[in-house]
Order: sequence, then structure tokens, then C-alpha cells
Amino acid sequence: MKRKHKRLTFVGIALFLLAAAAALILTAFEENIVFFFSPTDILAQKPTPDRRLRLGGLVEEGSVTKPKGGVITFRVTDTAQTVPVSYKGILPDLFREGQGIVAEGRYIKNIFVADEVLAKHDENYMPPEVAEAIKKSGQWQGKEKVKTK
Amino acid sequence: MSAELGHFALILALLIAAVQATLPLIGAQRNMSAWIAIANPTAYVQFFLTTLAFGCLIHVYLISDFSVVNVVQNSHTDKPILYKIAGSWGNHEGSLLLWVFILALFGAAVAAFGRNLPPAFKARVLSVQAMIALGFYAFILLTSNPFERIFPAPLNGQDLNPLLQDPGLAIHPPMLYLGYVGFSIAFSFAIAALIEGRVDAAWARWVRPWTLAAWIFLTGGITLGSWWAYYELGWGGWWFWDPVENASFMPWLAGTALLHSAVVVEKRDTLKGWTVLLAIIAFSMSLLGTFLVRSGVLTSVHAFATDPSRGVFILALLVFVIGGSLVLFAWRGPQLKSTGLFQPISREGALLLNNLIMTTGLAAVLLGTLYPLFIDVIGGAKISVGAPFFNAVFLPLMVPMIIAMAIGPFMNWKRGDILPALGRLRFTFLFALVAGAAAWSVETDGPFMGVIGIALAAWLGAGVIAEIYERIHLFRAPLSESIRRLSRIPRSTWGMSFAHFGLALAIAGMAGAGGWKVESIQTMKPGETVNVGGYEYTFEGAHEGQGPNYTILFGKFTVRKDGQIFTVMEAEKRNYPVARMPTTEAAIHTTLMGDLYAVIGDAEGDEGAYVTRIYFNPLVVWMWIGCIVMMFGGTLSMTDRRHRVGVPHKRQHASAIPDSVSSTS
Repeated sequence: MKRKHKRLTFVGIALFLLAAAAALILTAFEENIVFFFSPTDILAQKPTPDRRLRLGGLVEEGSVTKPKGGVITFRVTDTAQTVPVSYKGILPDLFREGQGIVAEGRYIKNIFVADEVLAKHDENYMPPEVAEAIKKSGQWQGKEKVKTK
Repeated sequence: MSAELGHFALILALLIAAVQATLPLIGAQRNMSAWIAIANPTAYVQFFLTTLAFGCLIHVYLISDFSVVNVVQNSHTDKPILYKIAGSWGNHEGSLLLWVFILALFGAAVAAFGRNLPPAFKARVLSVQAMIALGFYAFILLTSNPFERIFPAPLNGQDLNPLLQDPGLAIHPPMLYLGYVGFSIAFSFAIAALIEGRVDAAWARWVRPWTLAAWIFLTGGITLGSWWAYYELGWGGWWFWDPVENASFMPWLAGTALLHSAVVVEKRDTLKGWTVLLAIIAFSMSLLGTFLVRSGVLTSVHAFATDPSRGVFILALLVFVIGGSLVLFAWRGPQLKSTGLFQPISREGALLLNNLIMTTGLAAVLLGTLYPLFIDVIGGAKISVGAPFFNAVFLPLMVPMIIAMAIGPFMNWKRGDILPALGRLRFTFLFALVAGAAAWSVETDGPFMGVIGIALAAWLGAGVIAEIYERIHLFRAPLSESIRRLSRIPRSTWGMSFAHFGLALAIAGMAGAGGWKVESIQTMKPGETVNVGGYEYTFEGAHEGQGPNYTILFGKFTVRKDGQIFTVMEAEKRNYPVARMPTTEAAIHTTLMGDLYAVIGDAEGDEGAYVTRIYFNPLVVWMWIGCIVMMFGGTLSMTDRRHRVGVPHKRQHASAIPDSVSSTS
């Protein structure tokens, strides 16, 4: 093989790999990108149950109930709208009423069924998405700069 | 007093770095030996000053000096002494001080151990190091001073984030930073080589031990972080494809590719420009990791800072370093002429294939990590790209690489033959098939990727052994000859074998834990029993206890297998009153076949019932063992006499050894 051809072999392999990666990425993107919704967005757009999404907001004070079997229900609010959430499992350590959280799951029959609930690792912390959701609803009263450690 | 001393030392270090960044470089360009000679002492003085500054920070933590803001925010008088020390780097400002401390440490190490480097080249390397340091000193002094005072001083501090009060995490940041910052050496060598317009085998031999050291530490740092997430977060997982994890994984991918391409430069005098580019990419990924983690653009336990000016500063530094080095590469890179020719099917070809796949994987991870940020910046929707994306993209890309990894070491340099190599791997192939079939038969509708993973692990592991078997001509030559050959195998070759074998073990662990994890969440009253993964867990109830700066809720489980008591496990939920924060300590009982893993959650009702989360995580321990074996392999390779930095130019002697025994790493 001539030097040029050898080089072409590797360029070919590289292009093939890139094409394979691009194909994988595009299919994976379509299936696995998760969009973020605030409670207001959810009520306005009524997403279908086949889409995974993230819901962010504050856990409404006094809304947490624990029916049997490790299931927990609560309401998430951006202070303008609220969405009921149900979740089975152990909540993160910092899950509290009044705390900002992000839940991931599906919106099924007007209930957000979460399979993952994220509360961040610090009591002062509010996920930026949540802060923005509350700001958008026009109810923001906190400090402009959300303090984190 | 310490705080002012530390602050002053940092300012002095900045000035010294400014001298080190300019004079030796000019001296090297104009061939002025007096200016070149400045490089070494300035590197030592810089190291002394940052050590002093870092020591001062630890001191104010140890004496709980609450007139320093940093101590107030991250410490408390009741905190155990280990976490007072670790607390000094468990925050934004302190961790940056650790960053420059390690940078100066590496600079001083090059000054001390790089005796065989040509003085002008060494001066350039140290100057580039000092330029990086200069950026970080300015960043610390202008935006993130760890020694800032507060008046009036509060009586006590706010305590360190309890999640970080953990022995694994106390050493995780220094390990990780030794890896991140270690790539700065490869970067400085690459920039110095670009300035000189010359890359040769000697260059590759100088770069390799430093890159290996960085790679070993980075592997260790990532493993520790993963291990911590496994036992501390209580989710039974060990890798979440969280952007912060990706931030540490990307330099690892680039560094691994660099290690392999540097072998080609050393042995065959080709792939020079590519290797230099990889060195630049590896360190750029380290800087990007620092930016992602420290700027607050991502939300995680690591995101200490959300001060926008800090983010902008790091971003500017990032653009300057990456952009500047890529421009230099575009300008000078074409001068790096490669001489060695090789066929696509050859050892070089196999190493290049590794490089191509590694960098493609890196690009995929980079895209997935930055895409949400990018969409957010251009004002699009808020999205997240999670584990399913990375699993769907990254894992298939790695399959051909693992297959090639077993074949590559059988290839000759320059021109290899694929069929004989495959012939020698026929038993390896059979073994992989059997292992895959066995994994499949455990649970016939089990996970596809898990079965593939086990088969690949078996293929790679057995392939490594087959390669050693071939190398020593076992049963083909007299035994004495085989033993002689075995003893002649260079350390760097052992290093390769161990590192590859370690990866095989780790893949087995990942496949097992990823594929066959059993999870069970339920409310349990005392005396109640659940069966998870063939073990019966009986909840014995909860009781309370007291730790040094926290209260504990213990949840006790008696575990039976086939009716016999197997073990007793106590999961903890700790509550830190000062930080007003609970943490979860999973109870883990490790066996070679898998981990028993139990977590206690909140109380439910008033009959002493608790929510519990119980897992069986198959083969997890092999992942940790595999990572340790990989690090051991790296260490073996690093201590190969060829790479020992004090041994100059053994090349002539080394090349006299026939090719069959000559090594790669």
C-alpha cells in the first residue's frame, strides 16, 4: 500500500467512527433528552405520558402525605400553579417542605409520577431551574443571588 | 496572623511565577544561559511559597480561627480533626489553593527530577507551567481569596457539608487534582516542543512517566469519587453520568489516548503532531473540568461557587489556554515531521485505533455534557441529558475497542498479521463465548449489555493471559527458556498487561452491577422479612446513637441465606445539627459475587416501621479491584527503567534487544 492509501485507511476508520457516533448520538438524543417543565408549563402544555420530563419547583408546605407501601405524594409549586406528584422510594436526605426540588418522571392522568427526586446537597441551595421557574411566574421574593456553599 | 502570612505568600508566589513565566522563556529563545538558569530556583521558590500558603490555610482550620470567612463557612469546633484538615480543600477557595499547590509541586518535581532534560527545553517547560500558575494565582487573589477576614468574628462556624465529612472524600480531591494538574506537565512539554518545533523519541520518553503519574492519580481519584457515591448517596449506583463525573472522565479518556500514542512516538517516530494535540486536549479537558465544576454552571455537590465573576474569569482562562495552545499547534504543528511508516494492520495501527475510539468517545461525552449548557445559553429550552443517553452512545463505541485491545498486543510493529493473531486467540474466543453463555443462562431474559460486558471482560482478561503465554513461548520452548523470557519481560510490558487485565476485571464488575442489580423498596415493620437477590433480610428495628458531631439512627437487618444467618447489617442515617442536614450511610456487606446493600429511610406510622431500600449489586467489588489493578499496572510502567527520568539515552542499548521482547506499555 502506498503511504497515501495507508493514511486514507485511517481517515476512513475515523470517519466511520464519527459517523457511527453521530448516528448513535442522534438516535439517543431523540429518545433520551429530558425537557424541564415548571408546574405552569405542565398545566399549560399537558404533556403526554410517553414523554419523560423533569418537573422543578418548591415542595408545597403541608402537602406531603405518605400512603402505604413507601409511596409518597406531595405537590410541587412555582407559587403560581401546583402539580401533584407521587413517588415510590426513599426521598433524598434534603427533601423538605418548602424546599426546591427537581423530579424526573412522566405526567400521567394529571399526576406527575416520579421515579427520581433530586434535592440538592445544601440547605441554602435552590436548583437554578427552580429559581427560574419561580421567577418566571412572577412570584420571586428571595434574594437575587441564590446562595450556595 | 497565619491568614495574612498565607495571603502574602500567595502574592509573592504570583510575582515569582511572573518571573518564571517570562525570563527563562526569553533566555531559551535568545540562548542566554543565565536567564535559562532562573527556571529551576523560581520553580522551587514558587513551590515553597504555595506550600507555606497552603500550610497557613490548614493551620487556621486547625486552630478554628473564625475571623477567616472560609473557616466560618466550612468548619466548626466540634468537627473531627481529619475533617478540619480536609475542610480546607472542601470548598471553592481552598480547593483552588490546592490546585496551585499541586501545580507548583509538579513544577518543582520537573525542576528536581528533570536533570537529563536539555536546559533550554526545561526552561521552556517551566515557563509554560508558570504561565498556567499565573492565571490561577490571579484567579485566587482577585476573586477567591481563602484568607479573607470577617469582622466581627462569629463564635463558631457553619460546619463542613456533612456529605463531605467522609474519609474517602477527604482524599478524593487531592487525588483527582494530582491527576488533573499532572496533565499540565504533558501540556507544558507539548507547548515547549511546539516552540522548539521538534518532537522525538526522547521527548516521548520524558512525557510518558509524567503522563502515567497523572493517569494513575486520576484513575484513583475517579475511583474514590465513584466509590464514595456508591456508599454515601445510598442509591446503590456508582456512576451517574453526572456532568461533574464526566468532567473527570473526559481528561481520563484523553490521557489514556495520550499514553498510547506516546508509545508510538517513542518506538516508531510517528504520530507526533497527533500526540502533541492529545497532550493539549488532555490538559484542556482538565481545565474544562475545573471550569464546569467550579464555575457553578452545573448544579451538583461540587458547585461551590455561583459568583458569576468567577465563572467568567475561569472561562477567560480556559479560552486563553486552549485557544492559545491550539493556535500555536496550528502554526507549528505541521513542522513536526514523522518518519516511521506503518501498515494499517500493525501495532501502530492498533494503538491508533485505540486513539480514534477514545477520542470519539470523548467527543460523545463532551457533547452530551455541554449540550444542555449550550441550549440554555442560546435561550432554548431547559433540558437534561442523562445516563440513558451516555449508555446508548458510549457503551457501543467501547465494544470494538475492547475487542481490539486483546488483539493489538499480538501485532508486530510496522506490519502485523491479523490471522495468526486471531489464531492465537482461539481459546480466548471460546472462553469469552462460554462466559457470555454462562452469564446469559443465569437469567435468559436478562440484560443484553450485561451479557456482552461479561463476554468482553472474559475476552480481554483471557487475551492478556494468552499474550503473556505467547510472549514466553510456554510449552513451545523448554521451560527454562520460558522462565528466562518471563524474567526478561520489561516492567512497562507488565504494566500494559496489568492495566488491561484490570480493565477486564472492572468491566466484569460494571456489567454485573449494571446488568443484574436487584432493587427492592418497601416499608418494613420490625420483624418483617424481604427476599432480595436470594438473601432474606429481616428488619430488627431502629435505635439511636451519637457520633462526634452528629446523631445516628441505626437500622438493623439480620440477613439469612438458606435459613442460616449470613450476616448482620446496620444501615445509618446521620443527622448533623450544625449544618442541619442528614446523610445516609448504606450498610454494605461485600462478597466476591456481589454486594448486599441496605439503606434506611424515614419512619412511617408509629409502629416502628421504616422505609427501606435494599439492593443486591452483583460483582461490584471487581470494579474496585480492577481499578486498583489498573493503577498498579500504571505504576509498574512508570517505574520501568527506560522511563526513569534520571537515566539518559539508554535507547541505543534498548534497541539491541530483539523485537519480540521489546515492549509497549
